[in-house]
Amino acid sequence: MIAVERLRKSYFVHRREPGLRAALRSLVHRPREEVKAVDGVTFRVGAGERVGFLGPNGAGKTTTLKVLSGLLHPTSGHVSVAGHTPQDRSPDFLRQITLVMGQKQQLLWDLPPSETFLLNRAIYDIPRPQYDETLAELTDLLGLRGLLDKPTRQLSLGERMKCELAVALLHRPRILFLDEPTIGLDVTMQATVRGFVRAYNERFGATVLLTSHYMDDVAALCPRVLVIDHGRLIYDGSLDELVRRVRPDKRVLLKLSRPVEARDLTKLGSIVSQTDAQAVLQVSQSELQGAVQRALAQLPVVDLTVEDPPLEEVMRELFERGVAEGAA
Amino acid sequence: MSLRAAARAYPALLRAGFAGAVAYRAEFLIWMFSTNMPLIMLALWAAVARSGPVGGYTQRGFAAYYLSTLLVRLLTGSWVVWELTMEIRQGVLALRLLRPLHPLIAYSAENLAAVPLRGIVAIPVVSILLWTARGQLGHDPLLWLMLLPALLGAWLLTFLVMALIGTLALYVESAASLFEAWLGVSAVLSGYLVPLDLFPQAVQRIALALPFRFLLSFPVELMLGKHGRGESFALLGAQWLYVAFALLATNLVWRAGLRRYSAYGG
Repeated sequence: MIAVERLRKSYFVHRREPGLRAALRSLVHRPREEVKAVDGVTFRVGAGERVGFLGPNGAGKTTTLKVLSGLLHPTSGHVSVAGHTPQDRSPDFLRQITLVMGQKQQLLWDLPPSETFLLNRAIYDIPRPQYDETLAELTDLLGLRGLLDKPTRQLSLGERMKCELAVALLHRPRILFLDEPTIGLDVTMQATVRGFVRAYNERFGATVLLTSHYMDDVAALCPRVLVIDHGRLIYDGSLDELVRRVRPDKRVLLKLSRPVEARDLTKLGSIVSQTDAQAVLQVSQSELQGAVQRALAQLPVVDLTVEDPPLEEVMRELFERGVAEGAA
Repeated sequence: MSLRAAARAYPALLRAGFAGAVAYRAEFLIWMFSTNMPLIMLALWAAVARSGPVGGYTQRGFAAYYLSTLLVRLLTGSWVVWELTMEIRQGVLALRLLRPLHPLIAYSAENLAAVPLRGIVAIPVVSILLWTARGQLGHDPLLWLMLLPALLGAWLLTFLVMALIGTLALYVESAASLFEAWLGVSAVLSGYLVPLDLFPQAVQRIALALPFRFLLSFPVELMLGKHGRGESFALLGAQWLYVAFALLATNLVWRAGLRRYSAYGG
């Protein structure tokens, strides 16, 4: 469905020091600097896959999505989406995709969302029965009842995002590019959006490519992740495997019936945190079994859980280590 | 999107544009009342003409000219240049580019849809005023009929020039100030401030050869019955030639601009 080969995209940006003198100098001379936003990325995504794009700010995630949706021309490399070259922006291609940007909206600000819906029906030339059916389905899945006839500016951020998703999917695109779709939303609304994306993917077999700063989004939605840093792809595979590779350690969470000495805990692993009633230990994979047995035998344990380290921490470590070690 | 598909979508685009114009009714009224330059010029010239006609214009003649100017201005107004430069700067144009519809077609519908609303307010007021100067208006019904394509041509030319200059924002940051410059020249050479036939011969010749006249003065000239049928037809043809040329130029600049477009915030 999506094939990207050695994609490169670079921009030229003007550089200017702060201050009046620099401002005057920039009148006549503006040094330009090439910024490599995407630097030789290759991957393929099959039909119906849900893939998460991870990377720090400025890593090249959004740039890649913009190239894939035809908004940016690649500097070099080859990109094919649903059999089309995106930058040609052929109507047939545009009808098959959608790009939702959490920070930009296509709803008409002063009109109710229903107006934008009708407008898109005309622009995408959606037959009436299909429009009614899709709208009913989206209303159901997203809980839009009562929202569609209020002016967009009077909707809350979460309500607006739900309507944004609906309007972006009215034409039943086969490929969804979602750029930070849950940004700024509260936890409940994030879960609603996630549930919806998954339902849409399953219902229509649509391909989903998602970027998000919320690791929970990616963990809940994407069996496969692509990690991009400084414009380069540094990992392509499952999230579990990524966690195992970057942080083979496990977290052992102990609920205690009475306080214990720190030295008793350090015998089992390194202490991440400790209170009177609870302790979190970091234990390597190979020592896990022994550590758990000893904890149960020697300590006043009420409850014991073994977890992977939090995704945020895994990612931080991955990016701090840099390309060399994390490379797939 | 094929032109046929765009034509099918156009009524819905107009409807949404009209709903938008109605939603902005307060801004809209302020804009209309701020388009009062012809009335100021009318007061000025009427005072000058009190002691006798100026270059063939009596007080009533000036009234007919400036009220016609006001009407044409209200019916052919567009704001696409501001919208376009803002949307390019903020990266919102990206959302338009994702739809299978040429953004300029969408803009044209949004701008055109506001015309009826302006008409509802403008036509009765200005018509009553014009009635007082009816002796100065043209009498040939054919020329009045010709006013319709001339108004459409003037609107299209205004829109396309604005779209062309707005599109330059894809290349340079100062497209809006470039438009201010165009506006300044246009105010003088389109007959917005002063009737073109009051200019000295040399300036007049230049003004009549440039496209500015067709933005405003030409429909006004038709209303005032300044030319016979034959000359009016020729002028209408010239106006639409400029329209075709502007369409071509805008299209070229747009295509080349899109290739450079880097969707800010990437």
